[in-house]
Amino acid sequence: MQLVDKDQVAKSLSGRLLFNKSMKFLFLLCTMVGLVVLVTLIVDTVLDGWDHLTWDFLTSFSSSRPESAGIYGAIIGSIWLMAVTAPVAIILSVGTALYLEEYAPKNKVTNFITVNISNLAGVPSVVFGLLGLTIFVRQLSLGNSVMAAGLTLALMIMPVIVVAAQEAIRAVPGSVREASIGMGATKWQTVSRIILPAAIPGIITGVILALSRAIGETAPLVVIGVPVSLLVTPNSVFDTFQALPMQIYNWVKMPQEEFQYLTAAGIIILLLILFLMNSVAIFIRNKYSKRF
Amino acid sequence: MKKSMFLSALLMGVMFILAACGGNASDPTGGEGESGEASGATDGSIIGDGSSTVFPIMEIINEEFNAEHGMAAEIGVSGTGAGFERFTAGETDFQNASRDIKEEEVSALEEAGIEYTEFLVGTDGLTVAVSQENDFVDSLTFDELYTIYSGEAESWSDVREDFPDEPITAYGPDQSHGTHDFFKEEVMNDEDVQAELIQDTNQVVSSVSSDSNSIGFFGYSFYLNNQDTLKAVPVEGPDSQEAIEPTDETVQSYEYPLSRPLYVYAKNESLENNEDFRTFMEFTLENAAMAAQETGYVALPEEDYQEQIDQLP
Repeated sequence: MQLVDKDQVAKSLSGRLLFNKSMKFLFLLCTMVGLVVLVTLIVDTVLDGWDHLTWDFLTSFSSSRPESAGIYGAIIGSIWLMAVTAPVAIILSVGTALYLEEYAPKNKVTNFITVNISNLAGVPSVVFGLLGLTIFVRQLSLGNSVMAAGLTLALMIMPVIVVAAQEAIRAVPGSVREASIGMGATKWQTVSRIILPAAIPGIITGVILALSRAIGETAPLVVIGVPVSLLVTPNSVFDTFQALPMQIYNWVKMPQEEFQYLTAAGIIILLLILFLMNSVAIFIRNKYSKRF
Repeated sequence: MKKSMFLSALLMGVMFILAACGGNASDPTGGEGESGEASGATDGSIIGDGSSTVFPIMEIINEEFNAEHGMAAEIGVSGTGAGFERFTAGETDFQNASRDIKEEEVSALEEAGIEYTEFLVGTDGLTVAVSQENDFVDSLTFDELYTIYSGEAESWSDVREDFPDEPITAYGPDQSHGTHDFFKEEVMNDEDVQAELIQDTNQVVSSVSSDSNSIGFFGYSFYLNNQDTLKAVPVEGPDSQEAIEPTDETVQSYEYPLSRPLYVYAKNESLENNEDFRTFMEFTLENAAMAAQETGYVALPEEDYQEQIDQLP
């Protein structure tokens, strides 16, 4: 008796192999489409903007005269903004994730909260802008300050970090946790010395994604009423500020052609700050990821 | 090592939360509703918002003001409509507008008890343009523009009989622009504009330049900056007998039927109580002609600015 019909196999073999190959090619194509578009965009932007990346551009304030326009105020403003958004978002989100994963009872209420946090991640950013306008700008009279905008963006990116942090905490092996408790450690000791350090790489990945989104976000800032012409930098978190994406958006709309090159130069600066922020995060991630 | 890192992270968090609470806690004492706004407006800060069309004029004035007086205003670009909302809420001292103030905005301001003065800083000529390569369109009337932008005309021969039978593509800036509202009101009798509406006006310009059968409209400055690829179409208004081309002269005199005023609305209370803001508005009117020309708009006649300066309290 023959278990495998060799003729049958031989007949369909070439077709199967071809299909196998073509699938591999298809997936490669998918990867390439994204990469090629990205590289084209970056190359195009760098070519347009490179010549305009001068010291004067970096050290002067915005202007409606293309020859004297700079990005100083926007760079400083965006850094101030991130200095508020990052710590607030990270502390709130990691706190939330720890509570949901480690402390909260596994019941319908917790489940309901978890599901809704994921839903929040899909809310359009302009809605968070309106929320910020109502609560932080008007209700708490923070005005269009760094604080108001920073808290708004922190709320906006919170869901992304919470979900990433939950996944990371869940992925910490149960055995490690049990060992810690078995040694007589309290819940807090287990969380702070075992779980958090082990989960940090995953949490940082979420933080990178979230902060990258926050620094490039324009819509909530427009709603909050962040100014575009402001010839001073903030002295405290309660002062108003300029932001990179708003500056870039404003330049795109200008009729003079030179502003298109300034836009490209502004985008390069935004990308550089993004890379800088991310490399710090990746450094922290690599430092911790060797633990297990 | 690790412990200290966590501690410092925790400390930072507590500090930020405290800072946030501190801000909130100090507000009820200093910011009891309107009195807080009023005191905010008299401490020397100058805050403006509104139209992105007027913004370049005000930004140049702001730079010059900063160079001369060592202080500057804070100016946003949330758009004419959203800007009026902030103006009504008492958050801004002046409001830039690329159109007349609407009835409901007047009544909202009245209700809020905010008195204002209207100033003119310049004039824009909404320009209807075709590609440089288009050789048949030499003028259009309001009625013909209506035919194009109501979607009735599918080819140029539907617009006027001696035009060729070529398909027509109409472009324009989308509803977020005051330019769109102005066109809709003046030409379309407030009916919806049926065209390819684009958010970025530069895209409208490039679409029109690259297609000889297309037509588009935008602010005068966009035409000035793209004269090598665009051809402005002379427009005949409902009351005029001949088609007028947009030029500095015809826009300034409002002979060109799609001329529109650019406004700055100033809050009277701030003009009276905030010496810096009064200086700023005076400086604005003194320099508006220069700023308008430099940014691609048309200045008012010299004496109109002087008249407005005399109006200042």
